[in-house]
Amino acid sequence: MDLALKDLGDYVAEALPQEVLGTKVEFDELIIRARRDLIVKVLTFLRDDVNCRFQQLMDLCGVDYPEREKRFEVVYNLLSLTHNMRVRVKVETDEETPVPSVSGVFSAATWWEREAWDLFGIYFSDHPDLRRIMTDYGFDGHPLRKDFPLTGYVEVRYDDEQKRVVYEPVKLTQEFRTFDFLSPWEGVQGVLPGDEKADGDA
Amino acid sequence: MAETQIKNFTLNFGPQHPAAHGVLRLVLEMDGEVIERADPHIGLLHRGTEKLIEYKSYLQAIPYFDRLDYVAPQNQEHAFALAVEKLLGLEVPPRAQYIRVLYAEIGRILSHILNVCSYAMDVGAMTPMLWGFEERERLMEFCERVSGARMHMNYFRPGGVAFDMPSGLAEDIHGWADHFPSFVDDCETLLTENRIFKQRTVDIGVITADQALDWGFSGPNLRACGIAWDLRKAQPYDVYEKMEFGVVVGKHGDCYARYLMRMAEMRESVKIIKQCVDQMPGGPVKADDRKITPPSRAEMKDSMEALIHHFKLFTEGYHVPAGETYTAVEAPKGEFGVYLVSDGTNKPYRCKIRAPGFAHLQALELLSKGHMLADVVANIGSIDIVFGEIDR
Repeated sequence: MDLALKDLGDYVAEALPQEVLGTKVEFDELIIRARRDLIVKVLTFLRDDVNCRFQQLMDLCGVDYPEREKRFEVVYNLLSLTHNMRVRVKVETDEETPVPSVSGVFSAATWWEREAWDLFGIYFSDHPDLRRIMTDYGFDGHPLRKDFPLTGYVEVRYDDEQKRVVYEPVKLTQEFRTFDFLSPWEGVQGVLPGDEKADGDA
Repeated sequence: MAETQIKNFTLNFGPQHPAAHGVLRLVLEMDGEVIERADPHIGLLHRGTEKLIEYKSYLQAIPYFDRLDYVAPQNQEHAFALAVEKLLGLEVPPRAQYIRVLYAEIGRILSHILNVCSYAMDVGAMTPMLWGFEERERLMEFCERVSGARMHMNYFRPGGVAFDMPSGLAEDIHGWADHFPSFVDDCETLLTENRIFKQRTVDIGVITADQALDWGFSGPNLRACGIAWDLRKAQPYDVYEKMEFGVVVGKHGDCYARYLMRMAEMRESVKIIKQCVDQMPGGPVKADDRKITPPSRAEMKDSMEALIHHFKLFTEGYHVPAGETYTAVEAPKGEFGVYLVSDGTNKPYRCKIRAPGFAHLQALELLSKGHMLADVVANIGSIDIVFGEIDR
């Protein structure tokens, strides 16, 4: 299984030298990093090539890495029924740069892309209908970004006087608490207070 | 006679219509009674599950999976447990694997009963609903006996299951499995050759195999178009490899075929349940790794080490090595996938949930175009959508 995936990765990288930036096999899964502007070509190739035949786009989602220069990753999980294989294609983007929509290649992508736009604020160019999908009508912000607080900014209630639902800034009787359970022996990466003494300069 | 300009009519369907199966708001553009455009507005049940999971330890994330497709919670837990195990590289003892497959199949029957019966009610048959809920109640009793909860079991864990099955339960499940096919027979006498039911479903919402693949269909909805694809066979997990069962394949891809799929799949699931009960070995039900699975209560009474492990596991939780995986199971509604990204800490960095219903609902416009208003109801029922998993 592992070898077949590696071969497939090499094959794709060879067939698309411009478009594919790298391939690797991790946890028995093939990951292909592709160039953002050429993603449509990559997915079309993966769908139509006889050795690939990835007919189904099973999932499309965004992942946010705020510390990176291009903070978003768009992840496409494809499935080949013919060869019984899965592949994951990734592209990188930032808050401004649009990713070409793949809804022309896989119709299923239409809603997944709307979702990625709604929850992360990733733009998709040439998308037929890029509206919000999960959040409320008129919602502001992109909730799955790492810098969006878990508790959000607004809450709603029904106002009996105005006879309608009103939005108010979120009020919590108790702040959401995050406990730092990371054990100093196994969990923490980076510098702990006092570490500087170990160098002997202090 | 002067020609009159007839304008299209926009109809707001739901979100509180019982046939919408939850909170679906459907904006329909109609030419007379014919559907021109169907635009589902979803998200009314959006609870931010994926965001919440990023703030919880791996153990605390499991109950959220119960609340996605709340008709078959076991199968969702299964997907998450498998994903975490893959990243941890954890071996699950055979007994736990059998129990998980057993309960995954119970979940499948739970879901199929609900779907078939409520679908029948959508198109005008009342009785199956009443009969079906009796069977569902029996199954939920089995869930209660093993986990303490009728629906939201919170029972599958990375590394096995939470507790062993109490004595006598396996025999009771076997006894139930003996009589259950007769319920399916009874239900089929009501529906399968029923003239009204067939008029409402045959040739309604036809989707071809190519379209189904393009729209990301999976599970019974994909098999109804004639594609023999079942993850339990193609990419078996736990002990599905050892099970003997058939993959049901349809021909026509219409509402009626989708109904037949579910009926036949229930019979296959019963076979798996019986095999699980018969073949189930003894032994532990959790992986024997105290850094991942908690020690028993008795052990904690006299072992300091066990007490420390227990405390650490239920406060800090365990650390999952950095990496990512897309792990999918054959849930009753189709491929339920979890794309899990770990950064090496005790909380998931990202947990994307791939719900089968999301892809199916997306194709509703394709299924309904050119049909009558009443057929939209039949289509919604036949693709088996539950809003817990679509809206997440």
